[in-house]
Amino acid sequence: MLRTEGLTMRFGGLTAVSDFNISIEKNEIVGLIGPNGAGKTTAFNLITGVYRPSAGNIYYKDRDITALKPHAIAEAGISRTFQNIRLFKEMTVFDNVLIGCHLGIASGLFASTFGLPGYRKREGEAREKAKELLESVGLLGARDELATALPYGAQRRLEIIRALATGPSLLLLDEPAAGMNPQESLELMEFIRNIRDRYDLTVFLIEHHMQVVMGVCDRMYVLDYGQTIAQGAPAEIQRNQRVIEAYLGVE
Amino acid sequence: MTQALFLQHLANALALGSLYALIAIGYTMVYGILRLINFAHGDVFMLGAYLAFYGLALFALPWWLSLALALFVTAFFGVGLERVAYRPLRDSPRISIMISAIGASFLIENLAVVLFGGRPKGVNVPTILNTVVNFGPVSVLSVSLVIPVCTFVILAVLLWVVNGTKTGMAMRAVSTDIEAARLMGVDVDKVVSFTFGTGSLLAALGGILWSYKYPQLNPLMGMMPGIKCFIAAVIGGIGNIRGAVLGGFLLGFIELMTVAFLPELSGYRDAFAFVLLILVLLVKPTGLLGKNQAEKV
Amino acid sequence: MNKKNKTWLTLGAAVAFLLLLAVADRFFDAFTLRVFNLCAVYMVLALSLNLLLGFTGLFSLGHAGFMAVGAYTCALLTMSRELKELNFFLTPILPWLRDLSMPFLPALFIAGLVSAFIGFLIAAPALRLRDDYLAIATLGFAEIIRVLITNFQPLTNGAQGLKGLPSYSTTYVVWAAAAVTAAFMVLLMRSSFGRAMKAVKDDEIAAEAMGVNVFRVKVTSFTVSSFFAGVGGALLGHMITTIDPKMFTFTLTYNIILIVVLGGSGSISGSVIASFVVTILMEALRFLDEPMDLLFVRTPGLPGLRMVVFSVFLMAVIIFRQRGLMGNKELSWDSLSRAGLRLRRRAGGEGKEGPNA
Repeated sequence: MLRTEGLTMRFGGLTAVSDFNISIEKNEIVGLIGPNGAGKTTAFNLITGVYRPSAGNIYYKDRDITALKPHAIAEAGISRTFQNIRLFKEMTVFDNVLIGCHLGIASGLFASTFGLPGYRKREGEAREKAKELLESVGLLGARDELATALPYGAQRRLEIIRALATGPSLLLLDEPAAGMNPQESLELMEFIRNIRDRYDLTVFLIEHHMQVVMGVCDRMYVLDYGQTIAQGAPAEIQRNQRVIEAYLGVE
Repeated sequence: MTQALFLQHLANALALGSLYALIAIGYTMVYGILRLINFAHGDVFMLGAYLAFYGLALFALPWWLSLALALFVTAFFGVGLERVAYRPLRDSPRISIMISAIGASFLIENLAVVLFGGRPKGVNVPTILNTVVNFGPVSVLSVSLVIPVCTFVILAVLLWVVNGTKTGMAMRAVSTDIEAARLMGVDVDKVVSFTFGTGSLLAALGGILWSYKYPQLNPLMGMMPGIKCFIAAVIGGIGNIRGAVLGGFLLGFIELMTVAFLPELSGYRDAFAFVLLILVLLVKPTGLLGKNQAEKV
Repeated sequence: MNKKNKTWLTLGAAVAFLLLLAVADRFFDAFTLRVFNLCAVYMVLALSLNLLLGFTGLFSLGHAGFMAVGAYTCALLTMSRELKELNFFLTPILPWLRDLSMPFLPALFIAGLVSAFIGFLIAAPALRLRDDYLAIATLGFAEIIRVLITNFQPLTNGAQGLKGLPSYSTTYVVWAAAAVTAAFMVLLMRSSFGRAMKAVKDDEIAAEAMGVNVFRVKVTSFTVSSFFAGVGGALLGHMITTIDPKMFTFTLTYNIILIVVLGGSGSISGSVIASFVVTILMEALRFLDEPMDLLFVRTPGLPGLRMVVFSVFLMAVIIFRQRGLMGNKELSWDSLSRAGLRLRRRAGGEGKEGPNA
């Protein structure tokens, strides 16, 4: 489903990501871990078109998406959440999800302003979809609240369903469990597995919460200073000497 | 065009460029620290000129004392402006602070109209600066020689301050990352005030020297030079002092030399700066000497 | 409040408004009517700027430029041949323009389209820039437009401007334009495109990640805003009946910014209300610039004092109440009824709750 070849990102003299080669199959849940500053979010930004890579290519369903802009990548079927929750602060919970449905509505200025029938139908469908998504995470009651009025955990869930609203096949989650307590983390793990099954998704996630990562991922890649130092199943990674050194430091 | 005429134009271009450079430095310093286009900078320029004028006209002070006092007062004014109009908005969206800057600019301009009167005033240029100096076929006013010298001296002093002193280091820290600087113990408010004070002082100096070269004051005299100097700062690379000087000279030269060679374009004179700006922004938005500043996602 | 009640209320308000227009047109004296109609023109202009500033978050300082384009286009299209020859006495007008003359409404529409087109041309390069650079770039474009108008004699009559324009901006025309503009804005902001615009203002990067073509949204917003700015400029021109390049300076843009900020950028009702407030105040405070009789003292006129007061106003609002009058909230029948209930409750002490509580 997703494949990168020799992906490299240089910012001036600093190489944030170097020779990143990954391959993710359909319906897998793959993790990306590594100490802070290892280049994980940069990798995400490369895949979603926020940055243009210094070298290398990205293939999605065998299509070269390296040079695509973020909105085209979303259209292609890749959606994401952000490390620092980027909800629309001045908009309601409901509208936040509705923006996710924007691609489905695909109406220009005139069609939507003057309420042409094609637009009305799609807008109605989008609203239904948004309602369903909100209900599935128990946020329908808060639909008219400002997004920022929600508690932190709810905001994270909102960001995830907003990303789901774009109808992706590949979902990139950037630290979805950040700030969650063990109970919430368990629920999140369940949630990720559920949406993977329900929406036929492939999930690629960055996480620091070892419990979540080890519990929900089929496979993982480990980054340190931009280099891929290990990959494999959770059990292998846990025993990998280099990974342990990267996190804990060398004696 | 004779060689003499050409050299004459060159001399004027040098003077104009230096004036632009002086004012552009103030813009670039403020922008570097606060990411703010201080629309009121051009009006501070105007204030300096008027204060020097009144020092002479009302209080009959010797011209150099009037000049010094005007610089002093304007610097204070700049600090006060920042305190009142910009500091309260430091954490607000950038649009708010820009609107405040525009408001301040209009306020100062119209206040000047009210206080000083809208009719232009003639300036008594001190004799020492008003003498004609001859270099063979070329004759320049002494003030046209003084201006570039002033600019370069100030540039040297500023570069020394910014790169060689603790205050300068603080300034560079704040302009790179204001939060980090604050966490490292830098008194951000003081640094900002110092920057504004210095920038305003330079603008005032520019204004006074301008009034010696083009001896006519009017309350809106700062508007055009203000915008042009901001453009000069952008062209050179905003946030970069050397860039501001480069941009100022470039703009002064292009403006004056184009009109000299193509006098039929003189009506479009003011538009050159804008055309240049748009070209630079399209081709190299960070300016000639500027650096890239990416946003963290 | 249910939908049926709201529809009736809206209809009622529309009828009341039409009555007001009829009354104004018949009974207001020339000066008052002029100020009243000026409110409408400023409303169109403020709404068009609010689209950019308040809804899409683009800081454009070039509005006066688009107004100029609209005003000149409309003027040149509606002036009769004789009028043109009268005006263009220094340099004759471009030959193909000389005989071109059409009725007001199509000319107005074309003026808007031409402005929109210029807006589109400018938008494509300018919108790649960050906020502050965008501000200066748009300011630059407006100045370039102004300089071009001043110098291109055969097209625009240069610095002399165009005089004796037919006064097509009657009460009904300008208020119809204002109503259409306001209605358009309301519909737009309720639509998915309007939502996308707000998302772009809120967080560009997130919007783009959710599939919104941010660049296209910005360019479209800019183009539409320029359309209405052109229409507003044309209406202004045909109200004052004289246009020249000195009218369309940054000061004019500033006045519109004033209205948008005071009303609350991001609020249509705010712009509507503020258009009235600012326009009326501008006229009412004109006395500050004139000589005044204060008891026994006659003060000489203090020209500029009016703008000082307004600038202080603007800065006070932006520093102390950034959100302006309405913030980014709208006036609606729901909010009015809630306000009414609150007043009634306060006046009646601990009364019983109203039906909408």
